[in-house]
Amino acid sequence: MDSPMSENNEDQQYPRRWNHIRKILERAGPFCHPNYEASPEVLNFVMTSCKILVIGAGGLGCELLKDLALMGFQKIDVIDMDTIDLSNLNRQFLFRRKDIGQSKAEVAANFINSRIPGCKVTPHFNRIQDFDEDFYRQFHIVVCGLDSIVARRWINGMLLSMLSYEENGELDQSTLIPMIDGGTEGFKGNARVILPGMSACVDCTLDLYPPQVTYPLCTIANTPRLPEHCIEYVKLIQWPKENPFDCAIDGDDPHHTNWIYEKSQDRANQFNIPGITYRLVQGVIKNIIPAVASTNAIIAAACATEVFKMATSCCLPLKNYMVFNDLDGIYTYTYEAEKKEDCLACSNVPKILEIENDNLKLQQLIDILCENESYQMKNPGLTTVHDGKTFTLYIPTVKSIEERTRENLKKTLSDLGLKNGSEILVADITNPNTLIFSLKFKSHS
Amino acid sequence: MIKLFSLKQQKKDGEATPKVGNQKKASAAHLRITKDLNELNLPKTCNTEFSDPDDLLNFKLIICPDEGFYRGGKFTFSFKVGPNYPHEPPKVKCETQVYHPNIDLEGNVCLNILREDWKPVLTVNSIVYGLQYLFLEPNPEDPLNKEAAEVLQNNRRLFEQNVQKAMRGGHVGSVFFERCLK
Ligand SMILES: [Zn+2]
Repeated sequence: MDSPMSENNEDQQYPRRWNHIRKILERAGPFCHPNYEASPEVLNFVMTSCKILVIGAGGLGCELLKDLALMGFQKIDVIDMDTIDLSNLNRQFLFRRKDIGQSKAEVAANFINSRIPGCKVTPHFNRIQDFDEDFYRQFHIVVCGLDSIVARRWINGMLLSMLSYEENGELDQSTLIPMIDGGTEGFKGNARVILPGMSACVDCTLDLYPPQVTYPLCTIANTPRLPEHCIEYVKLIQWPKENPFDCAIDGDDPHHTNWIYEKSQDRANQFNIPGITYRLVQGVIKNIIPAVASTNAIIAAACATEVFKMATSCCLPLKNYMVFNDLDGIYTYTYEAEKKEDCLACSNVPKILEIENDNLKLQQLIDILCENESYQMKNPGLTTVHDGKTFTLYIPTVKSIEERTRENLKKTLSDLGLKNGSEILVADITNPNTLIFSLKFKSHS
Repeated sequence: MIKLFSLKQQKKDGEATPKVGNQKKASAAHLRITKDLNELNLPKTCNTEFSDPDDLLNFKLIICPDEGFYRGGKFTFSFKVGPNYPHEPPKVKCETQVYHPNIDLEGNVCLNILREDWKPVLTVNSIVYGLQYLFLEPNPEDPLNKEAAEVLQNNRRLFEQNVQKAMRGGHVGSVFFERCLK
């Protein structure tokens, strides 16, 4: 393997550039992972081979990119669909006033690439949903600095869907991509390590995320008491009714915010409710959580450290959930979030269903599920996924679907596009969750 | 951990990662809605309509109450199940104009489990029963249509007449309702 040193002028100019990292990677010590083999090869891997994906180039993302680049990671990709806003500049320190309106991912990547020689950050001004498995599979580690639960669950689901299992049901570890996830909310934050399929995933711990505050619709409509009730009224009822700009609410459009602000003010006056401010309106419609630069820095540092440990194996990873709070003093606590036995996202390991071949009719397949000793289903409903699109095979319990899928019962699996290795999703009263079966043909027709 | 990574190192150094013929898997929302629908146990006054049987996330529920103020009417609700289901409730709107204290003229429905009291253990069935109950026992305490609620509270006879008038198609006060008798 080439030494990264030979090609890099900066490293010749500053031969001690990586000394601090070397001390960790080239020496053994009492805190090392028991199997750790200290060697210069490890730094070489970090610098030349290890590919990291950073999701989000906002408050956490800027910190993460800086931390990772200064630790020696040189192949970093960053995804962010947002553009830079004036209000970001106090903490998203890779951005300047002249950058307002430009892609966060692109500006952040350019900043790091020019400031930290040798590092190559590749920006993607995209949504995470714009990419498929082939894109995500190229990375060794994914690290997230996101502010949305939906996006976290999406990437969690993507990494889980990329896992392969051996025939005996064991996870093929070469398909596993660790996910390091950071989150902050004001003075509170958390960092966690997820080994998809092995340790607790985002969905296993969904109850840790407080549900979005919602107010009863009738309170909003008739007996508002809080300024938030008035803003919600305009957002939920008045906007769809009057449709002032002929489109959905865009929290980044000042015309929209202004309109909602004025109407909320009118409504608040009507009910003698004080406290409507432009900022509050913005907060309610965009669901803004105040961001604190120091919390972001601490959580990003914890995440970057985990990426480093994971990439080098020099130290045992965080096990597996760290919470942090510096609202009043400084508090941290680390505990092991548990993998949920019935987690829909990660505990649903496909079961192998062995059948003769694809000449089997769907009805016969259902009969097998009902007669098989270990399943003994009663009235299963079946769906499958073709190229990311769901496809209903047969659902007996819903009349309008039953009528239109009844024909499928007489079709063979090959008519229905099911192949060796295809997955079918089966819901039945005998199991609390939808089961996933992977079809295995004993012979080929 | 070491084992995990030495494997990965080999694989990704080689660049040529073989493409596994892995289909994209079903979302957690899809797995859960499949389960909900398989266990759907509709009261005889209710029916579902799926315009596309392959799209289980968007459908309509039709309620034809056989008792109470709304007997003989036919009311359609649209259900939109989002990617965050069951962490978030489906979005439910009433597509039929109805004179009802808990449903406004834009189709917003005031049912606690559709908003503040939603829990992931609840299912499509729970919502169906909740909606059905709204037609049997309209609740003037939590009004969305304030005028209707006041009439129900003060003059049940007049409320009944107004409901009938609206269902037959006609004006109640200044509001015109389209006919929605079965
Ligand atoms: Zn899970």
